[in-house]
Amino acid sequence: MSRSEPAALDLPTEQPVEQPVVEEVRTRRYPLQLFRSELHLTFGRARIWMGLGVLAVVPIVIGVAIRLSGNSGGAEGFLGQVAGNGVFLVVAGLGLSMPFFLPTAVTVVSGESLAGEASLGTLRTVLTAPAGRSRLLAAKMVALAVFCVAATMTVWLSGLVAGVVLFPVGDVTTLSGTTVSLAEGLLRALGIAGLISASMLGLAAIGLFISSLTSTPLAAMAATFGGYVVLGILNSIPQIDVIHPWLLMNNWFSFADLMRDPPFWDNIGKNLALQGAYVVVFYAAAWARLTSRDISG
Amino acid sequence: MAVDGIDLEVPAGSVFGFLGPNGSGKTTTIRMLLGLIAPTAGEVELLGEPMPKAQLAVLPRVGALVEGPAFYPFWSGRANLVRFDAADRTSDPRTRKQRAAEALERVGLSAAAGKKVRAYSLGMRQRLAIAVALMRRRDLLVLDEPTNGLDPQGTREVRALIRQLAEDGTTVFTSTHLLAEVEQVCTHAAVMSRGRLVRQSTVPELRSELRPRLVVRTPDLDQAEATLARLGVTELRRQDGTVDGDPGERPIEEYAASLVGERVRIHGFGLERPSLEEAFVALTGEGFDVAE
Repeated sequence: MSRSEPAALDLPTEQPVEQPVVEEVRTRRYPLQLFRSELHLTFGRARIWMGLGVLAVVPIVIGVAIRLSGNSGGAEGFLGQVAGNGVFLVVAGLGLSMPFFLPTAVTVVSGESLAGEASLGTLRTVLTAPAGRSRLLAAKMVALAVFCVAATMTVWLSGLVAGVVLFPVGDVTTLSGTTVSLAEGLLRALGIAGLISASMLGLAAIGLFISSLTSTPLAAMAATFGGYVVLGILNSIPQIDVIHPWLLMNNWFSFADLMRDPPFWDNIGKNLALQGAYVVVFYAAAWARLTSRDISG
Repeated sequence: MAVDGIDLEVPAGSVFGFLGPNGSGKTTTIRMLLGLIAPTAGEVELLGEPMPKAQLAVLPRVGALVEGPAFYPFWSGRANLVRFDAADRTSDPRTRKQRAAEALERVGLSAAAGKKVRAYSLGMRQRLAIAVALMRRRDLLVLDEPTNGLDPQGTREVRALIRQLAEDGTTVFTSTHLLAEVEQVCTHAAVMSRGRLVRQSTVPELRSELRPRLVVRTPDLDQAEATLARLGVTELRRQDGTVDGDPGERPIEEYAASLVGERVRIHGFGLERPSLEEAFVALTGEGFDVAE
């Protein structure tokens, strides 16, 4: 016995089942409703809002600490400028969230995305709806991207509010020493939020892929975060700097180049290209996995 | 290998019972039909279309409950219905709320529609799973153990619902390991055993295949058994104060006369048509134990 024969469920066609108006409706397509539904699934949970709440606290804590100490304690870079200009709390908050808080949030949400549905068993119901496996994966990735933006913008907004409340706000001094208007400074800070969101996409795609491998969301999250830590360690070992340009976070801090006058685009471009490459590779791997996976959980 | 060479002929409008002991391959077959798993070899067809290739075209016509109810516990029953309906790109968002309300009404969950599924009992989840399948008018309903976990009242309601759906023209394909369920609701049945389809036919045919048995209730078991054996009754069995066997072609009143002649005390005497359970055991050679 080495082969299994076809399983067929045939309804004789000469006995058409009575079909009222519904049939007409079926010819219409609403291809985007799954994407909306995925967004609802991602954001329709209390834990997501608690996570975003934690992110919002980061710039507030930094701001309050600086305000209470009365100065920036000789801190360098953006942090050092916060006491003089609250706008820098936006940039400093984003920069300080980048290595740990944002990746943690992205790891949790991306690790959950497919493995969470597999563990609940809802994956089989969604697939027999039918969602279509490729479409479902696309909707998951889009929802993750939206989450990356939401997480970053949470820090951005919280930093702005805390900065305005706690410190004087005015024209922004760039890293090149020139001064730009407050409006332009805020615009650049918004650009930085965009770059940081994009920097999280590579990690999100890794998480999505790992999430497609298992039915245990916690395992997917742990593995994704573990992978992130390993990449980070590799990126900090100078003896292997030959592989550094290929590591996820190698150009993450290129966002600071947006605060130069004029902005320095080289490393920003490298970072975006690298994030794109990570997304393509891991999204393709997740697709290959999901479209061939037996859903038997 | 879980299943091998299954060809199910489910007539339109029938209630088709897919019967087999636990582990016989029912759920595996259903998962394959719905495109959740791929066969190692061979093709799968559903409503005449190849699966999983044509799944986006076929599955909207199929309501499915696979392997027990699964939901987002942090959402209400209504929100769960909306989620699964929105996953189908052919379902109309404008009528969604109303369809959800109707589906909940049909399974008797209107009162609990806004409650989180986390707080639902197993029976309520089972009904909600059926409501998912009822969100649209379907040509075929595939229900995997639909009365699992329901109390007797809930079981009766679900069976009535299945009959009603069939009357409305929906073909129902339901797997079960409960023979009583097949006897009560199904018009047709197929029997799986150890990954193979051993029989499929109408339910009356399935039952009529077994010959009726002569059953004698008596306190004099030894004497009755000896007498019946002498008269040519075969396959004699003894249980709980009765002796039963295959009476052959001889009219049964002759056995009664002989037993009385031998002074066997008779408390009960008659022919019994075998239950579907016996037909089932005869077909599969096993009871409800997990198949190896």
